[in-house]
Amino acid sequence: MIAASSGMAGLFVELGCILLGVALLGRLATRWGLPSVPLYLVAGLLIGDGGVVPIVPARDFIQTGAEIGVILLLLLLGLEYSGDELMGALRTGLPAGGVDLVLNFTPGLLAGVLLGWDVRAALLLGGITYISSSGIIAQLLGDLGNLGNRETPVILAILVTEDLVMALYLPLMAGLLIGGSAVTIVLEIGVALAVVAVALAIAVFFGHRVSKLVFSRSNEHLLLTLLGLALLVAGLAEQVQASAAVGAFLVGIALSGPAEHAARQLLMPLKDLFAALFFVFFGLQVDPGTLPPMLAVAALLAVLTAATKVATGWWSSGRAGISTPGRLRAGFTLIARGEFSIVIAGIAVAEGIESDIGPLAAAYVLMLAIGGPLAAKTADPLSRRLVSRERRRQVDSPVSRADT
Amino acid sequence: MTEIAETPLPGVGVRHDFACDSNRRVGVVSHHSGRRDLILYDRDDPDRVAETVSMSSDEARTLGALLGGPSIVERFDDLRQQIVGLEIAWLPISSRSRLAGRPLGESELRTRTGVSIVALLRGETAIPAPGPDDVMRAHDVAVVVGTDDGIDEAARILSAPSS
Repeated sequence: MIAASSGMAGLFVELGCILLGVALLGRLATRWGLPSVPLYLVAGLLIGDGGVVPIVPARDFIQTGAEIGVILLLLLLGLEYSGDELMGALRTGLPAGGVDLVLNFTPGLLAGVLLGWDVRAALLLGGITYISSSGIIAQLLGDLGNLGNRETPVILAILVTEDLVMALYLPLMAGLLIGGSAVTIVLEIGVALAVVAVALAIAVFFGHRVSKLVFSRSNEHLLLTLLGLALLVAGLAEQVQASAAVGAFLVGIALSGPAEHAARQLLMPLKDLFAALFFVFFGLQVDPGTLPPMLAVAALLAVLTAATKVATGWWSSGRAGISTPGRLRAGFTLIARGEFSIVIAGIAVAEGIESDIGPLAAAYVLMLAIGGPLAAKTADPLSRRLVSRERRRQVDSPVSRADT
Repeated sequence: MTEIAETPLPGVGVRHDFACDSNRRVGVVSHHSGRRDLILYDRDDPDRVAETVSMSSDEARTLGALLGGPSIVERFDDLRQQIVGLEIAWLPISSRSRLAGRPLGESELRTRTGVSIVALLRGETAIPAPGPDDVMRAHDVAVVVGTDDGIDEAARILSAPSS
């Protein structure tokens, strides 16, 4: 096609402006030491329904891009971990994962019930408050130079179990959301969970073989194979109600070894593009006018679930023999919520079961995606102050001094 | 030898660290991407890394060579991360061993145990990737790679006295 139709021209202009705007915001985020997710959401809010400059032609494209964005987000998340790492984290991190689930799922669930929502919406809100942002936290650990810290394996193990819980939670919710009689729901969920279990088993026991089949020395072939495989499995998973995201996650886990390493490098730029579209699209669906009434609830929930995450990190790193400063760091680092809360909220918005959940989730994630990293940075100064107070007290009392 | 603690970091790589006699704890975070972080723990807060130096794998190898570390171990570590169950061991050839003064091929080590001799250490020198005709001498140290069971078996064969 030599002359693009006028519709195309409009699409290109809008898309170009959106990408440039997002790029600008991303740069600002880096300069301010913030994760980019909240700023992408803000961009979406500005150009969506009821926003400052609502977009028209690019909307469909962004929607499709957003769906691909979720798939790529989960695919890369799966690629982060090999089957062995998942099993290892499960063996050591199960108690911590359980505490994490109970402490952080419950507040969201209860809040949904108290707001008088449909049970399914309340369950989705539980998921939103439960899952920490592994993207933001990984970035944070690197930025703060905390990767080698002794509490870091505890944090990572919690993130891994959360991701595994997601692999069960998403198909479960998908089954509940279709509705129908109790029997069909149970059947749907059963089939979906069986598929997840089989895929996980393949990933853990035959991951290397799958990887060998997929691997190609040509980047071009590898990229096409990977994308094709991820989309195909995601689509099939969606068809059996196991949710496309979970399908992509399982493909990611199944790949390890040379394919995994090359895949990450190849897919990272694609993920950056489409995940940005996904966050923009989520913001776009939320009318900024609906945010203010939700701010108080979101703030309350944010404070509460920040505290429960701190408790989670504090307890689990204490179990691992970490002392006070490290326990504080683990707790504060886990506060950040981000991409996966939005993925869950996106399901709720797409299903249209509760009109308040979109704005509430947007406000909540904005607060904790920005507040989480800030809180994590205060952990060390805070514990230094605690420790110096402790020391003064020890100097005052000769008994404890003799102990040390 | 110093006791090295190995901790998997899911999604990141693996961390190795140990305490020096000087009371400082040092370690290395090996990223899946090949990046290496040299880490130095805080004096006051032993859980916290006070200093991190990020290095490319080339730079890390250079540092390893400067420190005089056996780079064979480092490379093997890369390999072991990918292949579960692969182990490395140093097996001395005693002067009473039947195989002292014999060519490597005669031990039929690989055929019998699946274990490979990847190097022979002889005093200050090393013979990397020795062939079947290379001769093992008493007091050599054979660096072998294989499964745990295979290495046990290989140790038995290498130390068997001459009858």
